Amino acid sequence: MKVIHNHHSTIIIHTMENQTSTTDTQTTKQPLVVPTMADYMAKGESPEIVFWVGCSGSFDDRAKKITKAIVKILNHANVKFAVLGVEESCSGDPAKRAGNEFLFQMQAMNNITVLNGYDVKKIVTGCPHCFNTIKNEYPALGGHYEVIHHTQLLQDLLNSGRITIEGGSFKGKKITFHDPCYLGRGNDVYEAPRSVMVNLDAELMEMKRSKSKGLCCGAGGAQMFKEAEKGNKEVNIERTEEALALNPDVIAVGCPFCNTMMTDGVKHFNKEQEVKVLDVAELIAQANDL
Amino acid sequence: MITSILFILLLAAGTTLFTINVRKVRRNILLGKETERKDQPGMRWKTMARVALGQSKMVTRPIPAILHIFVYVGFVIINIEVIDMFVDGIFGTHRFLSFTGGLYNILVATFEILAFLTTFGCAVFLIRRNIVHVKRLVSKDLTGWPRTDANAILITEILLMTAFFTMNACDALLFNMGSHHYNVAFANPVSHYLMPLFSGMQEGTLIFIERFCWWFHIIGIISFLNYLPYSKHFHILLAFPNVYFSNLKKKGEFTNLESVTNEVKAIMDPSFMPPPADPNVQMRFGAKDVTDLSWKQLLDAYTCTECGRCTSACPANITGKLLSPRKIMMSTRDRLEEVGKNIDANKGEFKDDGKSLLNDYITPEELWACTSCNACVQECPVNIDPLSIIIDMRRFLVMEQSAAPTELNMMFTNMENNGAPWQFSPSDRLNWTKE
Repeated sequence: MKVIHNHHSTIIIHTMENQTSTTDTQTTKQPLVVPTMADYMAKGESPEIVFWVGCSGSFDDRAKKITKAIVKILNHANVKFAVLGVEESCSGDPAKRAGNEFLFQMQAMNNITVLNGYDVKKIVTGCPHCFNTIKNEYPALGGHYEVIHHTQLLQDLLNSGRITIEGGSFKGKKITFHDPCYLGRGNDVYEAPRSVMVNLDAELMEMKRSKSKGLCCGAGGAQMFKEAEKGNKEVNIERTEEALALNPDVIAVGCPFCNTMMTDGVKHFNKEQEVKVLDVAELIAQANDL
Repeated sequence: MITSILFILLLAAGTTLFTINVRKVRRNILLGKETERKDQPGMRWKTMARVALGQSKMVTRPIPAILHIFVYVGFVIINIEVIDMFVDGIFGTHRFLSFTGGLYNILVATFEILAFLTTFGCAVFLIRRNIVHVKRLVSKDLTGWPRTDANAILITEILLMTAFFTMNACDALLFNMGSHHYNVAFANPVSHYLMPLFSGMQEGTLIFIERFCWWFHIIGIISFLNYLPYSKHFHILLAFPNVYFSNLKKKGEFTNLESVTNEVKAIMDPSFMPPPADPNVQMRFGAKDVTDLSWKQLLDAYTCTECGRCTSACPANITGKLLSPRKIMMSTRDRLEEVGKNIDANKGEFKDDGKSLLNDYITPEELWACTSCNACVQECPVNIDPLSIIIDMRRFLVMEQSAAPTELNMMFTNMENNGAPWQFSPSDRLNWTKE
């Protein structure tokens, strides 16, 4: 059996090599408007919501596209949002899952100081790990916010009519959604991403292991940052196999780590031409031709 | 008269022994650290009714769920029959509950049908374990004693039910004969079919078989009760408190270590005064041994019935890694039992045996294979949380021993220096807006 070695590190190195590259394959139709909290503060205003970009969303080349897709939607829907920009720091999730409670709490308390300093009330995250950590683990350390995942924001925007989708480019396409553990089992959010995707007029298919029975992509618990322990298969290969068995056009994800893992899996099976791995936000942005 | 005394002595010995063993288990569980699990009683009762009593988490696997319901309902209802036998045993009456008249027919008929379903369930369970070899029931976690334990439970239950049927069949024949003492008519829809096996036997032989089965059944039940504290079968009792004390928070939320919070606050704010530490409590970050875990985690270990649903859903285990959440629970119980025996042997004081849960029972390789996906927690029909033990042990490895895998140490360093798990400058956080 062929086992991919060092695939997380490969991705990380890849990201670093391309850090200076500014090419984006998608032509940006309208310039992104990304105000920071400091900008709002200077104007004496406050935004509706803070967009917590996360480390992947800020630095990983693939995840940056998801971040941009979210911003495109926010701009399109005229949502008054702000990012923390250089004041944002890692939520501390990987440290906490790895057992480094010290480092986690240092990160958390520094972030809480920044967030409370701006009197932040509501946060949307582009990553289920940041979502879970800030929503559930920051309150004990003095950070109390209403935190939603970006698929929940998309659901709100669709429900309130601030964005609409008329089928678009995914009409009739076969899409299967891979539940991120920290959105699904971790926080019981199963319907938001699905109810958003219903608007695509696509054929939504469920893997056998979905929702509360969903199989992890293999990146959680800080595995993203280390070699997998010795075994006979990579978790992402097991999961991608299951997704590919449905012959989908798109594997939809809601987490930058899952995105990396599933993309690697699809490449492993040489299916990257036929099967795209896209975040729910990218699906919505692309369907609306943003 | 003599039999009554014998019975009472047996019953007293059985309950005393059981009480002693349960107290030991309770003491062992209370070696764990305090954790708040008594809030929201309303929610807790509801969860217990739904998950423990209603077995709502079993239904995802329909075949074992139905068979388990047979055995479970059989176990609960047949206990009413045990009341009948206890009163008869103490007072020398015959089928005491027969004063209920017509209802008694319904009762015995119900017991017999449930006993039949229980026997059927146990037989299929034995087949699944020993002939069909259902994957999660033959895994290497169960090598040795756990496999014997599982088979012993099933075989005992089948034997108990067989004795019950045989007793009823002989009793019915004796009633038909007009034998003295056997003066109660009852409906026996199942044991009815066994009667031809015994018809034609002498009255004395029938009485002997009937009495033998009666004693076998009652001694069997008392012995079985006393077997529970040594067996995975303890779940029949502990499932209820264990679900009552479940974690009611979101599964994604990990516990906050307050001892760390105090230290971090002191670093960030020099004027912060941490509350004085309790001198009786050994300060340790994370868990090295069972006594570093919470009482709920230890209760989890005693409640685990080793069904392996957790392990069969574990992404690490599915892909051949060493980690098995079931084994985490079994190791925790094994070590706790060892610590308990150590305390018993040393007059109530634990004497350092140079061993610990970490390394001697659970290896770092197992702990580092976990993706913290919560599938094991989701799957457990009695709300056991293996993940929390894994994380507490990781905390010990990282914070007390600096023994994280090298790549994770690099990640920690990046996070400390750059505020990101990768080596990027924090000042570049907004670069994506310009690309």
